[in-house]
Amino acid sequence: MPRDFTPKVVTANALIEGDVVYLTRDDQWTRHMSEAELITDEAESQLRLLMAQAQTETVVGVYLAEAKAGANGPEPVHFREAFRRTGPSNYRHGKQAELTDV
Amino acid sequence: MYDYTEFDAAFVAERNRQFRQQVERRLSGALTEDEFKPLRLMNGLYLQLHAYMLRVAIPYGTLNSRQMRQLAYLALRWDKGYGHFTTRQNIQYNWPKLRDVPDMLDALAEVGMHAIQTSGNTIRNVTADHFAGAAADEIADPRPVAELIRQWSTDHPEFQFLPRKFKIAVTGAAADRAVTRAHDIGLQIVRRDGQTGYRVIVGGGLGRTPMIGKVLNDFVTQDDLLPYLEAVVSVWNLLGRRDNKYKSRIKITVHEHGIDDIRARVEDRFNLIRPTFTGVDLALFEQIKSAFAPPAFRTDSTAVFDTSYRTDPIFRSWADTNLAAHRAPGYAIVQISLKAHGATPGDATAEQMRVMADLAERYGHDELRISHEQNVILPHVHKSDLPTVHAALKKHGLATANIGLISDIIACPGMDYCALATARSIPIAQDIARRFDDLKLEHEIGELKIKISGCINACGHHHVGHIGILGLDRAGVENYQITLGGDHTETASLGDRTGPGFSADEILPAIERIVRTYLDYRDSPDETFLQTYRRIGMEPFKTALYDNAGANAYAAQ
Repeated sequence: MPRDFTPKVVTANALIEGDVVYLTRDDQWTRHMSEAELITDEAESQLRLLMAQAQTETVVGVYLAEAKAGANGPEPVHFREAFRRTGPSNYRHGKQAELTDV
Repeated sequence: MYDYTEFDAAFVAERNRQFRQQVERRLSGALTEDEFKPLRLMNGLYLQLHAYMLRVAIPYGTLNSRQMRQLAYLALRWDKGYGHFTTRQNIQYNWPKLRDVPDMLDALAEVGMHAIQTSGNTIRNVTADHFAGAAADEIADPRPVAELIRQWSTDHPEFQFLPRKFKIAVTGAAADRAVTRAHDIGLQIVRRDGQTGYRVIVGGGLGRTPMIGKVLNDFVTQDDLLPYLEAVVSVWNLLGRRDNKYKSRIKITVHEHGIDDIRARVEDRFNLIRPTFTGVDLALFEQIKSAFAPPAFRTDSTAVFDTSYRTDPIFRSWADTNLAAHRAPGYAIVQISLKAHGATPGDATAEQMRVMADLAERYGHDELRISHEQNVILPHVHKSDLPTVHAALKKHGLATANIGLISDIIACPGMDYCALATARSIPIAQDIARRFDDLKLEHEIGELKIKISGCINACGHHHVGHIGILGLDRAGVENYQITLGGDHTETASLGDRTGPGFSADEILPAIERIVRTYLDYRDSPDETFLQTYRRIGMEPFKTALYDNAGANAYAAQ
């Protein structure tokens, strides 16, 4: 039996800055994971991924990352995505220094 | 030091011009990422977890003050005010913006530096003993030959699409400070019958399948060196596995074919290509050599040093730990620790880089070195200047007296930055350094090298650490495996795994149990951790790590 599909967000890095970005429901890219679209259907996730991968002038390294619903929107499941959402742990650089809601 | 010739400068300028256009084409959409990626990698530009990363080569780890100041300038102007020195004598900037990178490369070219072949399946930055030109035990300075290899390998038409990356390290002394046995090719300068030549070691490497290099040839003359190296890389270029990237490095080729078969093939190839080397390389080598003539060492009293050493315990501790023997009378090699307790191993702020540049210019014959152990070296300082140098270092957080001790940890960037990492390295290093500083034990423990990698690729050299730590992802949780008894020197060996790994919370207590076991078992304070391990073996450490009674005994202390 195939494994159950776990919810995903589409994520990538911004082409120019390299910042971690997430795809929103209205086809925009956001720096905030909480604003990302949480995709719960596998077929839908593949379509969203293809659409995002076509935007080669905006983003690089597009992929689906596991996520779960939280009180304020999607939250990471794996620790790697948790680091991508905030920034490195040795300095207060990256998103944790620039954003308030992570 | 070697200064760029017109040819070098024109070559780098041309590459930078090309890359600027490639970036423009990428930004305009004329190039896709698939088309652009190999181009950016050829120029040292990676995409990591949070941002791009630019890896700049510091050939054979040598810098002058002007170059160091320019590295500081890049950090301030285009990054977040710091840089990270790596185990392959590179510096990495963690936050550049894509459109700024061409300007960064131009700024590097102004001081004769570049990021060419710091990535990709090419011959990478050639590394060398960080005491080169200064060490008391040196047969010859390894940097001239390293520079010759840099020139030979840069844009070498045959070697731009190798099966995988290829790393060369050179040492000029019998004591191996350049990890030559864990490189694709390790060169050791040797003397035989009054003639200087090279012992060629191949097939070393860490990563997923760690191997200690094997001697391919005990003595290659200077005349034959470049054709011989070309033959080695050429043989591997044809034989190396391109079907499986985990089996593509020369260590696997040597393992699969056997060293004798490789040696025979290299001989054949060498005989074929030797006549095409007409001696231009030798003339060039002589020119390069003259650029590395030793500085004019001065003769002076060391009374100031002797007084400070006698009267200032902090200076004495630093001098005992961080200085190494220099070949010129009255001089010392200064090792500047980038491992302040709790700091990120290998990181220096722009201000610290400027301070080190100023000290090198004023007191160090304008030379700096970057070590594979992620520290900075002032290779030529007269002892009478050491109290002044120490005071300046102290003011800027650069006088930690811990070289070779438990807090002088090699750590790769790990999952705090690296896209390949499976766990974090830096916080583990920070915790260990802080803990043993709190315990005030590290000088009592003595020489102990901890090396941490955040994934199986082993940039943190964990296999050859006296204590190696490998961070893995076990079912979505960071997990750390420990190896003991690794050795990166001329007596190189790979560490043995202790057993199951430890969680991020458990790894620090585990390291402490290992160290306390060593302190219990050592013959005398003179027996180092590695010597004790080689004498008593794994069992006592295993017991301390995994036997509940043993674990509790230490937990209760």
